[in-house]
Amino acid sequence: MRAVDSGYEPTHNGALYDVEAVRADFPILHRPVRGRPLVYLDTAASAQKPAQVIEAERSFYAEDYANIHRGLYFLSQRATERYDAARRKVKVFLNARHEHEIVFTRSATEAINLVAASFGEAFLQEGDEVLITGLEHHSNIVPWQLLRQKKGILLKVAPVNDVGEVPLDDFTRLLGPRTRLAAFTQVSNALGTVLPVAPMIRAAHAAGVKVLIDGAQSVAHMGADVQALDCDFFVFSGHKLYGPTGIGVLYGKEALLDAMPPYQGGGDMIASVSFEKTTFAPLPAKFEAGTPAIAQAVALGAAIDYLTHLGLDRIGAHEAGLLGDATARLSAIDSLAILGTAPHKASVISFVMDGVHPHDIAQVLDSRGVAVRAGHHCAQPVMARFGVPATVRASFGLYNTSAEVDALAEALERVETLFVR
Amino acid sequence: MSDPSDLRDLYQEVILDHGRHPRNRRVMANRSHMARSENPSCGDEVVVSLEIDNRGVIRDVAFGGQSCAIATASASLMTEVLVGKTPAQAKSLFDRFHALAAGGVEPPLDGMDAERERLAMLSGVRDYPVRVKCATLAWHTMLAALENQGA
Repeated sequence: MRAVDSGYEPTHNGALYDVEAVRADFPILHRPVRGRPLVYLDTAASAQKPAQVIEAERSFYAEDYANIHRGLYFLSQRATERYDAARRKVKVFLNARHEHEIVFTRSATEAINLVAASFGEAFLQEGDEVLITGLEHHSNIVPWQLLRQKKGILLKVAPVNDVGEVPLDDFTRLLGPRTRLAAFTQVSNALGTVLPVAPMIRAAHAAGVKVLIDGAQSVAHMGADVQALDCDFFVFSGHKLYGPTGIGVLYGKEALLDAMPPYQGGGDMIASVSFEKTTFAPLPAKFEAGTPAIAQAVALGAAIDYLTHLGLDRIGAHEAGLLGDATARLSAIDSLAILGTAPHKASVISFVMDGVHPHDIAQVLDSRGVAVRAGHHCAQPVMARFGVPATVRASFGLYNTSAEVDALAEALERVETLFVR
Repeated sequence: MSDPSDLRDLYQEVILDHGRHPRNRRVMANRSHMARSENPSCGDEVVVSLEIDNRGVIRDVAFGGQSCAIATASASLMTEVLVGKTPAQAKSLFDRFHALAAGGVEPPLDGMDAERERLAMLSGVRDYPVRVKCATLAWHTMLAALENQGA
């Protein structure tokens, strides 16, 4: 797996890649907001799209579109080839062993719900335990709570320390004789903490526990190698990878996916249907009932091409430089406190200011064209752990610049003069 | 000051002052009416207490909870404006304020022009739909408090 902080010194005045040339690929970055240049610092919520991705979706509809799989005619075959090619790109991107271990879903959220429903049905009994961490997004909490209501499983939560890490020892201690699955994020969406997923996976496997990695917040920064990690499931969403909305990915080991029942029933997921008996299709079609997001899968393939061309190592290093700059600039503001100060972080800086509500901070930033998120970031347990109802979160993507970090810091100094006196 | 004028419309000096130094943010021992509500978009919470005397006049208004500058300033202004009013007048002021904040048609208001002028300081929120809820949170809670006790 490619690390974010691979000895890179945050001098980032060029060298890694031409950021201005990259910015030229993103049409929306040239749109003024409230009379000023847009400073988009909400990539952790959703990444903006390069023209290559937008064009891939447009040209697919304009030139190659038809429904897939069933057609004997030219366009259906063409659309099927392009959908299958997108799956091959995801397979290479994640370094999966087989293409049919890649299941297209609507989102990372749907991928987790699929595993909760299907793995839960096949492998979890009343009293079995699922272990998550205190850093999870609601999408990796609520599906397990629904399964708890349905099957009477227990949900265990590995604690978060004061800097926003999940200590490996605490995690390992919670792997008990009834633990069947550990499901955790690779990067905290609320704090940016990078979890030590490799040793966590080894510890889980040593205890005979399967592992699901939520890569929604990590893949755009560091990619993933599911064979090196040896995780059993890995999920991510297209829209956080500079791709379209409405498309997500579930990777699962072949033997597990084969042993799991279908998640939804419908067309495309069957081999044959009669009113007496239905035979399910082989992987991955078994888990792709109904017409999928074909154009979005094709455009996700274009997003993967874009990132691969730019180089995830270089993207990660560029973002690490921005995060270092932002951490230094924001730490210098007296009334500001950064939440989540783990040494190993990716691209997210979450903070509060004395006596100023996060919504007021975000409002002032917006007036200067700076787009940040204020709220609980769909991670209310993280907010509760740090005793705040909400934070402001600035997050960086491959197209952000150090000038934008300056714009953020200057806007925050304005907040300070406006509200803190 | 280089901030754009639209933000000055939202965060007028009076608003900032009430946000920083809210009036009547306290617990009221002699309350006759109370309600609590939450803004689900941010988790902010407000509690509004009123003391209405036996002649049906609002003698005292107080609020509690932690919220953003807009919600706090609005609650603070409300507690000042409502003292000496009847519940009917309070409802009439609610209607007027709601129209002012949300951008609707203001109903006529008899003899409360000074109050209307004070509340107009919050009219900047109408350009920020997400913040309309912040500005009206305490007012909705006040209305609920009046209805809770059948005032």
